[in-house]
Amino acid sequence: MADDRSHEGAEAIDEYEREPVPERAWLGFKNFVGMYAGEHTAGTELMLGPLFVASGVGAFDLIVGLLLGNLLAVLSWTFVTAPIATRARLTLYCQLEKICGRKLVTLYNLANGVMFCFLAGAMITVSATAVGVMVQNWVHIPMPELNDVAPFPLPEGVYQALGKIGLIDAATTRRVESTNVSWIVATLAVGFATAIVAAYGYRFVSWVANIAAPWMTLVFIAFGLVALRQFIDATGVEIRSAGDLWHLATTYIWKGGDPLPGQVKFTFWHVVFFAWFCNMAMHIGMSDLTIFRYARHSWYGLATASGMYLGHFLAWIAASLLYALQLHNNPANTNVLPGPLAYGACGIAGLVCVIIAGWTTANPTIYRAGLAFQAIMPRVSRAKVTIATGMLAAVAGMFPAIAMKLLGFVAVYGMLLMPMGAVIFVDFYLMRKFGLEPNYAERTGIGFNWAAGLAWFLTLGLCWWLVNQGYIGIFFVSLPGWFFAAALYIIFSKLFHRDARALAAA
Amino acid sequence: MSRRLLQIVSWLALVATILPSALFLAGRITLDQSKAWLLVATIVWFAATPFWMGRKDENAA
Repeated sequence: MADDRSHEGAEAIDEYEREPVPERAWLGFKNFVGMYAGEHTAGTELMLGPLFVASGVGAFDLIVGLLLGNLLAVLSWTFVTAPIATRARLTLYCQLEKICGRKLVTLYNLANGVMFCFLAGAMITVSATAVGVMVQNWVHIPMPELNDVAPFPLPEGVYQALGKIGLIDAATTRRVESTNVSWIVATLAVGFATAIVAAYGYRFVSWVANIAAPWMTLVFIAFGLVALRQFIDATGVEIRSAGDLWHLATTYIWKGGDPLPGQVKFTFWHVVFFAWFCNMAMHIGMSDLTIFRYARHSWYGLATASGMYLGHFLAWIAASLLYALQLHNNPANTNVLPGPLAYGACGIAGLVCVIIAGWTTANPTIYRAGLAFQAIMPRVSRAKVTIATGMLAAVAGMFPAIAMKLLGFVAVYGMLLMPMGAVIFVDFYLMRKFGLEPNYAERTGIGFNWAAGLAWFLTLGLCWWLVNQGYIGIFFVSLPGWFFAAALYIIFSKLFHRDARALAAA
Repeated sequence: MSRRLLQIVSWLALVATILPSALFLAGRITLDQSKAWLLVATIVWFAATPFWMGRKDENAA
């Protein structure tokens, strides 16, 4: 699911930052197919697949839910993001600045940068689990468990406070008794190396990511094939038909039932909405305006199907098979550790896959977070900001809770940025229909469009309240939230906006 | 080595990346053999592909 822009378009998307993309720079359909296929077969897929199993998902719910949810995601890119991108041909930040003003965009950058840091942190956690396996002959690195929060003891009050605001389940969270120094060193080392490369060797990693992408996708599929054979051997089930395979899937692999302690139960609708909204920031949240401004036609949004059905279908299913096998062999071993899982199935090549998948996706994520922060501090060099950002991500990666709760974190990430997508959609299509002027900040020269800002803050407040009160789950709240944000933006624009044309003329 | 030859080697390496696990699924080879062949395919892929992927074809018209 990663927000990695490491592939063909990586260099291109840094161009034409303040102007519409000219026709000579438009890209063909195949560029987008390759870009999305590589981007969405990332290190995080190795966490997300197992977490579905930990959430007690059933076979039908997983397979059909992913097919439908990914279709909705593809349609969102095609009919929401790409049409605006191919008409305006501006970056997200440029489009937002015209509507919201520079100060509000700065706030958006800050939120986006922080979320990127956490996401990169989860990828560093994934890579560190592989490093742990690689160095096991020399150093023993105790791995984090499914319900760990931190690699060192925390005061009981912290667990209770985190539980109260809904970030963890305090009752099932494991209390770590001593500091896991080697894990801390491993994550900081991986994070530091990633930060240095992000600051000075970004193009090199983009190049490695391009080369690794086709191989990596096949290794992900290999994980699934190996795990399937091992399941057949472990259960003694004979597979002579598709019906036998389905019987194996429903009876032994994705059995449904209760989730593991501390995990949310995933139903069909959870799977649908998760698959749809895990990249919400990119499609409905409009981040990928920056990508699709290069597309010749808006139907190029369909190219995202390559990423959805390779990464968010095949890779998730393959990774979930590995974890289901681990649980089948030893129900007490609930740890979600991509490194050992991959090593067990594919040996050293599997470990290399985990490290490259984590590294090539953490790297551009840190780079982009650095860019977002640098927009706030333009006088500090990009390299310094990127290294500082990478170290922040490394510190985040030290805390296993982020990776182990990745399902919930991804939902929060989408929710946080979704209201601004609604603001852009309304501003582009509906403002004139309501007698209002689009691009209000640009027309009036204001730095903070309060109509957009309040729509954002109040939507987030409402969503958070609805989730905390138990009225709706975090995985679903962004759907009503989008309509609420759209309505609020229209209402506040009606209330706050003076005649923009008159103001601009003054 | 010519670009075309390198591309053929890379494509064979890709086939060899997925083939061992498919053979393991079919019960034709052991897991250790599958892992070993996958490692060989990985080495070949990363040895051959950087010399043509993302580089301009100098012989192209």
